[in-house]
Amino acid sequence: MDFQALLIIAVGAIFLNNFVFSRILGICPYVGVSAQLDSAIGMGVAVTFVLSMASMVAWVIYTYVLAPTTVNLFYHIFALQAPPDLTFLNTIVFILVIAALVQFVEMVIQKTSPALYKSLGIYLPLITTNCAVLGVALLNVNAQYDFIESLVHGFAAGVGFTIALVLMAGIREKLELADVPQAMKGLPITFVLAGLIALAFLGFSGLKLM
Amino acid sequence: MSLWKEFSKGLYEQNPVFKQALGCCPTLAVSSTVSNGIGMGLAATFVLVCSNLLISMLRKGVPAKIRIPIYIVVIATFVTIIDLAMAGFTPDLYARLGIFVPLIVVNCIILGRAEAYAGKNKVLPSMIDGLGMGIGFTLALLVLGAIREVIGNGTFLGIPVFGVDFEPVMVFALPPGAFIIIGFILGFIAWLEKKRSQKTAGK
Repeated sequence: MDFQALLIIAVGAIFLNNFVFSRILGICPYVGVSAQLDSAIGMGVAVTFVLSMASMVAWVIYTYVLAPTTVNLFYHIFALQAPPDLTFLNTIVFILVIAALVQFVEMVIQKTSPALYKSLGIYLPLITTNCAVLGVALLNVNAQYDFIESLVHGFAAGVGFTIALVLMAGIREKLELADVPQAMKGLPITFVLAGLIALAFLGFSGLKLM
Repeated sequence: MSLWKEFSKGLYEQNPVFKQALGCCPTLAVSSTVSNGIGMGLAATFVLVCSNLLISMLRKGVPAKIRIPIYIVVIATFVTIIDLAMAGFTPDLYARLGIFVPLIVVNCIILGRAEAYAGKNKVLPSMIDGLGMGIGFTLALLVLGAIREVIGNGTFLGIPVFGVDFEPVMVFALPPGAFIIIGFILGFIAWLEKKRSQKTAGK
């Protein structure tokens, strides 16, 4: 196992290609849940968990069902002459898998931590339509990662998302006391702040990962 | 008259991006140039109109409990159609938009309209609603794309608008510029709305 390659994927997903600041994925929950530190951490953990699970499940389904490989299940079950190429179904299959997965996570959190469930509110079902989750599955397929690489990429992307959320929540809690112009209160100032943090994250693009 | 109302509400009064802050990810990610923005907007409009049409037709047969998964499958089907069509007919644009074409599936505007409008209304108004919201989304992308391309690249639709001495402010073509500009646009609209409500209150 090439540890260095995994480290490069992880650092890349957390800093260089941070999902929020560089790839611009998952903005809706980002501006929605970043007002308080507690719910930001809870949301970050939920998203990290879902991203890791989605990466694994999507890889298994892609490799054994959708992709034209010799391990394709349809190829063996129906004894086809050539492996079938079902990759055009990627989007539909991935979104269904993710929807089922999120439903499952929601049920687990509801059972184990009602307080967290209450504070995450409507954003938990919205993880389904969080483009970061479908995005990570598609990026894994595009980059042709193997199983471990997919898992590391998904987990690191979640960590990067959590860092982005927590940074923002910390600033927004302080912002409550600041004198922001009336029209800029709420969403507008949040976006400008995100832009400034993204500017700082742009500095990481100088990192050389070799 | 009322159909016109259904159409025009998406343009400004209930503009999905500027008024409801929906569909932020594609708005910010692909609006670095005007042509990308228009391409993305039209693709989303196609999906929005078709999914509103089909969901409105199915609305009486869909059990309330499993409506969301059904909506998502309907949307994903049309996204796959536009994905394959764009890969075939406009390969350059398709390459530039990258994973944001399949990600139209999770654009909250589309699921939002299915849930808020098409699942409860007749077929024709639903299509008009989808068209209006889609054009509103395209307009938002156009505004953002125009600002970012002119400042960040010194061009509009690829045509230089300033003299050769203009030094483009690169950062506005990059992600931070997208965040900052949408922030100020939303602030400007909030300011505008406040002025308007003060005017009507004063009368």
